[in-house]
Amino acid sequence: MTDTSSIMIKKRSYGGLTTGTVAPWVICTAILLVLPYVFQSNSALTIMNQMAITIVFALAYNMLLGQGGMLSFGHAVYMGMGGFMCMHVMNWVEYQNIPLPLPLLPVVGGLFGMGMATIIGSFSTRTAGTVFAMISLGIGELIAASSVIVVAFFGGEEGVSGDRTYGLPVFGYEFLTKIEVYYLTAGWLVLSALLMYLFSRTPVGRMANAVRDNPERAQFLGYSARWVRFYSFCASGFFAGVAGGLFAINFEILTEENLNLVTSGSILLITFLGGVGFFFGPIIGAIVFTLLQSVLSLQTELWQLYVGALFVLTVMYFPGGLAGVIMMHVAPYKLGKLNTLVMPYVKTLIPAAIGILGLASFCEIMFHFKHAAVGEHDMSLFGIEFSTHSPIPWVVIIGVTVLGFWLAKRNSAELRETWANANVMTVPKEGGAQ
Amino acid sequence: MTAALELEGLRKSFGKTEIIRGVDLSIGKGERHAIIGPNGAGKSTLFNLITGRFPQTSGHVRLHGHDLAGKAPFEINRMGLSRSFQITNIFPRMTVFENVRCSLLWSMGYKYSFWNMVSKSRALNEGAEEILEQINLTSRRDLPAGVLSYAEQRALEIGITIAGGADVIMLDEPTAGMSNTETDYIVGLIEKVTEGKTLIMVEHDMGVVFGLCDRISVLVYGEIVATGEPEAVRADQAVQEAYLGAALEAEH
Ligand SMILES: Nc1ncnc2c1ncn2[C@@H]1O[C@H](COP(=O)(O)OP(=O)(O)O)[C@@H](O)[C@H]1O
Ligand SMILES: [Mg+2]
Repeated sequence: MTDTSSIMIKKRSYGGLTTGTVAPWVICTAILLVLPYVFQSNSALTIMNQMAITIVFALAYNMLLGQGGMLSFGHAVYMGMGGFMCMHVMNWVEYQNIPLPLPLLPVVGGLFGMGMATIIGSFSTRTAGTVFAMISLGIGELIAASSVIVVAFFGGEEGVSGDRTYGLPVFGYEFLTKIEVYYLTAGWLVLSALLMYLFSRTPVGRMANAVRDNPERAQFLGYSARWVRFYSFCASGFFAGVAGGLFAINFEILTEENLNLVTSGSILLITFLGGVGFFFGPIIGAIVFTLLQSVLSLQTELWQLYVGALFVLTVMYFPGGLAGVIMMHVAPYKLGKLNTLVMPYVKTLIPAAIGILGLASFCEIMFHFKHAAVGEHDMSLFGIEFSTHSPIPWVVIIGVTVLGFWLAKRNSAELRETWANANVMTVPKEGGAQ
Repeated sequence: MTAALELEGLRKSFGKTEIIRGVDLSIGKGERHAIIGPNGAGKSTLFNLITGRFPQTSGHVRLHGHDLAGKAPFEINRMGLSRSFQITNIFPRMTVFENVRCSLLWSMGYKYSFWNMVSKSRALNEGAEEILEQINLTSRRDLPAGVLSYAEQRALEIGITIAGGADVIMLDEPTAGMSNTETDYIVGLIEKVTEGKTLIMVEHDMGVVFGLCDRISVLVYGEIVATGEPEAVRADQAVQEAYLGAALEAEH
């Protein structure tokens, strides 16, 4: 036994790049490269850029929340401050002819975000608990409030705007078109994500996990929990600032909205929705949230209600977030039982989806009934036109909702049973596996 | 020769109650020293004072002749003192391997490095594997530490404690709550991993104490009533009274 395991140790190679670790990066980069050929419209490019920026910000945020166990209610400050600084620099480039190529602007944002984080972190990272959360909230409020006071930096209510195209052309690119900005943003996305991933693999990144799990024990291993938190905080501030710089390049304007508590709250929501326990969680959260925000908001005024409900349900039933849900399936996959889950899923999730759509329809018809202009009785849902003052649509909607949920509930027992079976090894007749 | 650890007039009060009431003790280099005494005598508190978890009310703690007054636990650890806890204190969400690797980082000089990859260092990873092998947890390598059995977690706790290569090791009731076989396993492990080091342990199992330790101190109500070699302490009148007293109390 000892012999075989020591041979195993010798065989394990360290530091080598394996397909397992490199493949996801290559695939994601390839997807980023071809996406603009699939979705060519300007609005699609805008959404994708927005997505990329949110991903960088959410990953930066998760360096605190997921990796370091620090719950911040004011992280928009670092993205916002980085963004504002970048807008100023963009304007200096334009008026003072500073030779700074536009693609390097996010570095400025990053350094400024990190500078802010160094100052704030020097006292806020003393503990990770409630005190840290409250300080982050206070600082968030403070900076948001000073945005109307320090007009020279924050530009008051109009914010600060500029024009990215007046800088030095880089290899002939002036970043006039959306597609050029897309590739710039995507490049920074890959670079930042990679650096953040690598950071989590460094000694201080590993110790961030240790301090998150058990700050006291970490102290007895020679590490000051406070310094470990401080380094994570600064690194997170850097990448938040990079996201701010990307925002400045994309939208050419920053306002108070970029650093207020609403933005801070939504990045928490996005990160949690995606899942704090896995590196890729915030990426999924950012993609899903941006899609909901941009697609759903075109369809309905109530989109925030639905996003809120999704968030609450995630927190209650899937605290691991969407990434957690995905990773739950690794065990059944390894046992080769993923296929047994397909039918139960279909039988439960389709009725559930119908029930949810029915419930949403109910919210919509109710909302229309109460808030539409006087005399305006017609509305359409899923392409069907009807009058909100006729009882038929109400009956249909309520009926479909109840039926959907009833079916889902009835079939969920089978799903639960299959799920339990899919997670245990089928014991061979000879007996114990261990 | 300076002692590895020296306590002088050490006192600690929580509010009005004085828990440690003037402890003087000198433990030599390479010595294996047991601290025994009834529950609530202040053994864990004494450990906490030595390792900087609590500040003392008065008195001195010296490690290799250096006064530890005002030093934080991480500073004391860097001076070569490492401890385990009576209540298992590990990193439950990290893998077993990661637990051990993290405890090697500082002693291998990585400090707060963010330019090294932990997976790239052969010395670091092989060191961690070696310790896993020593504490018999190689088969549990990739499990989250929180799911290990109680005995395995205790073994991991010891692994984390010795990993950093500290030369003074303090173990607080390493065999508490273990079955006989588990105790034998842990004792063998302690013997193996503390070879040539200074060991200070709190232990209730007298078999373990007599088998493992060079000297014993008996702590009763915050005071050391006897210190000496196992045989001498066993014969000591005060010790017998202390334990007899405790035994009588337990009968009520
Ligand atoms: N942080 C603390 N605050 C107040 N009292 C404490 C604290 N820690 C320990 N004590 C008290 O000190 C006494 C000794 O405890 P302890 O050192 O854990 O004893 P032992 O380890 O010898 O069983 C107990 O009466 C306990 O209640
Ligand atoms: Mg104790």
